[in-house]
Amino acid sequence: MGKATVIPFGPQHPVLPEPLHLDLVVQDEKVVEAIPQIGFVHRGLEKLVETRDYNQFLYVCERICGICAAGHSIGYAETIERLMGVEVPKRAEYLRVIWHELSRVHSHLLWLGLAADAFGFESLFMHAWRLRERVLDIFEKTTGGRVILSVVKVGGVHRDIDDSQMKEIIYVLDGIMDDYRKIMNTLLTDYSVKNRTVGVGTLSHEEALALSMVGPFARASNVNYDVRSLGNGAYGDLSDFQPILDAQGDCYARVKVRCLEVLQSIEIIKELAAKMPAGDISVTVKGSPAEGAEVCNVLEQPRGECYYYARGNGSKNLERMRIRTPTSQNIAGMVSALKGCDLADVNMVILTIDPCISCTER
Amino acid sequence: MSGFKLGGMTLGSVFKKPETTLYPFEQKVAPKGLRGHVAISPETCILCGICQKSCPCGAITVDKKARTWEIRRFSCVQCGACVRSCPKACLSMETAYTKPATGKSSHVVEVPDTKER
Repeated sequence: MGKATVIPFGPQHPVLPEPLHLDLVVQDEKVVEAIPQIGFVHRGLEKLVETRDYNQFLYVCERICGICAAGHSIGYAETIERLMGVEVPKRAEYLRVIWHELSRVHSHLLWLGLAADAFGFESLFMHAWRLRERVLDIFEKTTGGRVILSVVKVGGVHRDIDDSQMKEIIYVLDGIMDDYRKIMNTLLTDYSVKNRTVGVGTLSHEEALALSMVGPFARASNVNYDVRSLGNGAYGDLSDFQPILDAQGDCYARVKVRCLEVLQSIEIIKELAAKMPAGDISVTVKGSPAEGAEVCNVLEQPRGECYYYARGNGSKNLERMRIRTPTSQNIAGMVSALKGCDLADVNMVILTIDPCISCTER
Repeated sequence: MSGFKLGGMTLGSVFKKPETTLYPFEQKVAPKGLRGHVAISPETCILCGICQKSCPCGAITVDKKARTWEIRRFSCVQCGACVRSCPKACLSMETAYTKPATGKSSHVVEVPDTKER
């Protein structure tokens, strides 16, 4: 065995869209240990609840991360609604889920492009981002923003999607689905991709449970946990929802789970669009969260379960707001999956976990 | 063989309409409701200051004495909270994005005193 060497990985690295630093202890090209370090994009957003009222903080919360913006605004709004006992109109719940699932499609397509780029599969990267652009155009037309939607409010949503817009969304999604299937089949059957991912960075079912992994990372290790199964909001009206699972727990399983989740999200949007109830899209929320009232809430973000905690103090400002994001959970699993892999495979392991560092650090 | 599958799709793109717009020869039409920038019609403004209170990033300053409404474009995040809170509906969200600038200047609008007329 050769001498152990520490190789710094990141925070600036071609495969990392966001700054994450790892000290890789390497022995004979094998990673013995990975020591993560975060803190490069910490902005102290949770502290801002003390100076922003609960309505203003919604706009702060959705700026935690660009990719998960829709999820964070919905998660925060649901938390405050529970805190204040507000009943949201059914149509608003449906619209929220449609935007949230669209954001999952765009998040997974973005990840797919980045992963393909890391494989050196440039044309697949271009095709994935070409399809993602169509989803961003839907956001632009229905919410007025491409990435930061600012469409959710405490008590409902600001904008409605009318029938003609909904038909257009379904038409665009059908177009995406056709092209996406070709991309997905290419990626999942490609010899080079399989060569780089099968059996690499394996995390067993037991390890995934012990380390409390969430999201597609956990589901690729056969952990049957998806917050959408709890049936919160419009998810409860879905005829049949089964999380996509894979038993292998390696990089290929994680790629596969994410790829199939895009199709699942499109099916969810189609089903909810067909069932969309008529009615109001928001209710007026007056007053402030009661002193000492506290609530917690969970939401399935594209990267996994996101946990929200809020405590009121009788004023318009919250006493405490805490968000535990999926990547902060998954970093422990990432470190575990990195142990024993080749130095050249570190890129693949990190990318297939899809870390979101802006969310993690807030 | 999988490479050829995607190769067919990529070659097909040569004969299709481009996905991107050929800027600057072709300009993308802004969809209705796009959040570009906040505009004010000063004739109807009553300088109540509700927009200033609702702004999550403190980009708006309303000076009742000087009768001015000021917005710092670089601080504004186009959330639309001010537009929705305005009791006189004098604020609106325009679809055009603000032009690039070299300095962080603010946009000051003088609000005419309607009582004097």
